[in-house]
Amino acid sequence: MARDTVRWSRKDLLGIAELSPAEIELILDTAETFREVGERPIKKVPTLRGKTVLNLFFEASTRTRSSFEIAEKRLSADNLNFSASGSALEKGESLVDTALNLQAMAPDLIVIRHRYPGAPHMLARRLKAGVINAGDGAHEHPTQALLDAYTIRRHKGRLAGLKVAIVGDIEHSRVVRSNIHLLTKMGAQVTVAGPRTMMPVEIEKMGVTAAYTLEEGIRDADVVMMLRVQLERQARMAFPSIKEYFRLFGLNAERLKAAKEDVILMHPGPMNRGVEIASEVADGPYSVILEQVTHGVSVRMAVLYLLSGVHEEGG
Amino acid sequence: MARLLIRGGRVVDPSQDLDGPADLLIEDGAVAKVGGKIKPPKDAEVFDAKDLIVAPGLIDMHVHLREPGQEYKETVRTGAMAAAAGGFTAVACMANTEPANDSRSITEHILAEARRHPHARVHPIGAVSKGLKGEEMAEIGDMVSAGAVAVSDDGKPVMNAELMRRALLYAQHYDIPVIQHAEDLNLSGSGVMHEGEWSTRLGLAGIPGSAEDVMVARDILLTEDTGGKYHVAHLSTARCLELVRRAKAQGLRVTCEVTPHHLVLTDEEVAKSGFSTGCKMKPPLRSERDREALLQGLADGSVDVIASDHAPHHPDEKDVEFSAAPFGILGLETTLGLCLDRLVLPGIISLSRLIELLSTGPARVLNLPAGSLKPGMPADVTVFRLDEPVTVQASEFRSKSRNTPFDGWTLRGRPVATFLAGRRIELP
Repeated sequence: MARDTVRWSRKDLLGIAELSPAEIELILDTAETFREVGERPIKKVPTLRGKTVLNLFFEASTRTRSSFEIAEKRLSADNLNFSASGSALEKGESLVDTALNLQAMAPDLIVIRHRYPGAPHMLARRLKAGVINAGDGAHEHPTQALLDAYTIRRHKGRLAGLKVAIVGDIEHSRVVRSNIHLLTKMGAQVTVAGPRTMMPVEIEKMGVTAAYTLEEGIRDADVVMMLRVQLERQARMAFPSIKEYFRLFGLNAERLKAAKEDVILMHPGPMNRGVEIASEVADGPYSVILEQVTHGVSVRMAVLYLLSGVHEEGG
Repeated sequence: MARLLIRGGRVVDPSQDLDGPADLLIEDGAVAKVGGKIKPPKDAEVFDAKDLIVAPGLIDMHVHLREPGQEYKETVRTGAMAAAAGGFTAVACMANTEPANDSRSITEHILAEARRHPHARVHPIGAVSKGLKGEEMAEIGDMVSAGAVAVSDDGKPVMNAELMRRALLYAQHYDIPVIQHAEDLNLSGSGVMHEGEWSTRLGLAGIPGSAEDVMVARDILLTEDTGGKYHVAHLSTARCLELVRRAKAQGLRVTCEVTPHHLVLTDEEVAKSGFSTGCKMKPPLRSERDREALLQGLADGSVDVIASDHAPHHPDEKDVEFSAAPFGILGLETTLGLCLDRLVLPGIISLSRLIELLSTGPARVLNLPAGSLKPGMPADVTVFRLDEPVTVQASEFRSKSRNTPFDGWTLRGRPVATFLAGRRIELP
């Protein structure tokens, strides 16, 4: 099998753009082996004992940070959290200096979330430690796309040939970019839908179809992914009011009927109920939103494991 | 009488349709004779230009020398040395210093510094508005009488159309161009790179081409109304060039410059370089379609000038996240090599056309007594080699700064010597 011949050789996980389909499958398959750990009464394996992981969150995050922390703890890594407020960065230290100081403490892995695209790449070039991008601006969020793919695969058994609709604030979303890379590499068909004022130019060049109504976007979709409207990221409001946004792109039970009967509904969180998604569907039978969160831990365990190189040391 | 004979070179001077083997005799700082074989007068010093190109001194009409105020990035002294090292005999420096060059005293200060370090001629460009604030007109006449050769708020656009109109009217009293950094700030917003496929892929905020286009369209209408002289700095889009072409056809006094980086690189470079801040400048690196249009504009004559927009920044300022870095890159020490290697050797333009763009053109736009080796002209001369590979080494730059995306590039062609009024420039 293909995956037997693929060995993980990257120091960092910066994005999905540079991964091969075989590497993506390797991560997803590795996640499968870690899933079971989360179902044990004692949710811990010694895999990363003696490894140090730093979680650098220069931007607020609850879900992703907790998910990484839990994944690290379940692997028995020593971890340390570092968040924007109170950090040296707030005191005017440059990212490079922060990185060099952290390097001096010899961590094995660094998980970074930053508001600027390319910040993790900058760290990766300077540091011996492996760098995991936990979201860089509107650029990439690779572990989110991986956990989404993992969730889709568990429900649909495959990625190739599926119709996936991603709806909402496409312009400001790192989730959408990582998902586009991953899904198109794995042979899914992706449609992105959202207001024209939130659609980045030339998005079709990423291999997707753009739609400008919700109905058109989700028609016959196997998977519907709703994106959060990032109210805080908008320098200028791209729509006149939340009411108008919901009227155009808010998902409710009636509208979801345009998708396939066995559609699954996803959301990377945090949700704005009543803005992009109505509670009746968020909490409804098609929703796999909380499962995504559960799988996030397995996928991150897989990424930490592969990047830590312990599979190499052992062999 | 001091005499210098530059002998045995290929003299390229578009101002007199000259391109061929010729000798150049200089007497008392001015060109005395150019032509076939000139027998060296007894007392003449001789410079052997065998296998070299001899051209009217190159002029970079768009540089930032950072003095006064930001001497840690560049000074008039280091900037003039960088100019000479890059084959330039003259530069025109923008007004966005600290304080801004919006008065006679700052203009005089820059010129005094330039006289102390005479490695290249320095022509100050005065501000259009006081403090570059875009509100009140600066004392343009006073600055011109002190030596300013044009006005511009470069670094910032003149956003206020009424002020622009007034400047285009008033500058005519001094027969100087108003140089516009064409950028509609509402459209460029918080953008950090060209808006297109690559900004979409990278998730970086985009600066649409229209931010430049609408400004140039507006200014051309104002130029038509006022009869003024208007020059577009660092023009970077296909549509802007089309606007300039039409304005010229209409007979308006509209000129434009393009930078080497917009001719050589595109927005894709931001991705290829891994978010290198050496690819961050305003206007941003544009699309391949824009780049091709600019090359076409060089060839068909619609572009008047190649200027570098030499914009020094300290390494500490550039060694940050792409979005957080200041805009701008160096240009003085890479422009000639890039133009020879990427424009002349591939046959996009002739050598004579390049000299027009780098010397005769800017002299014409700024109305300088330069850009020509006709007898009687000041003997500002650039001598260079066309076809010798040289590797760009930023660490060796004369500039104080190192912010270039071209470090490590191998370019065929390099400056060999510059002469200012017949005096060979020897850098310390």
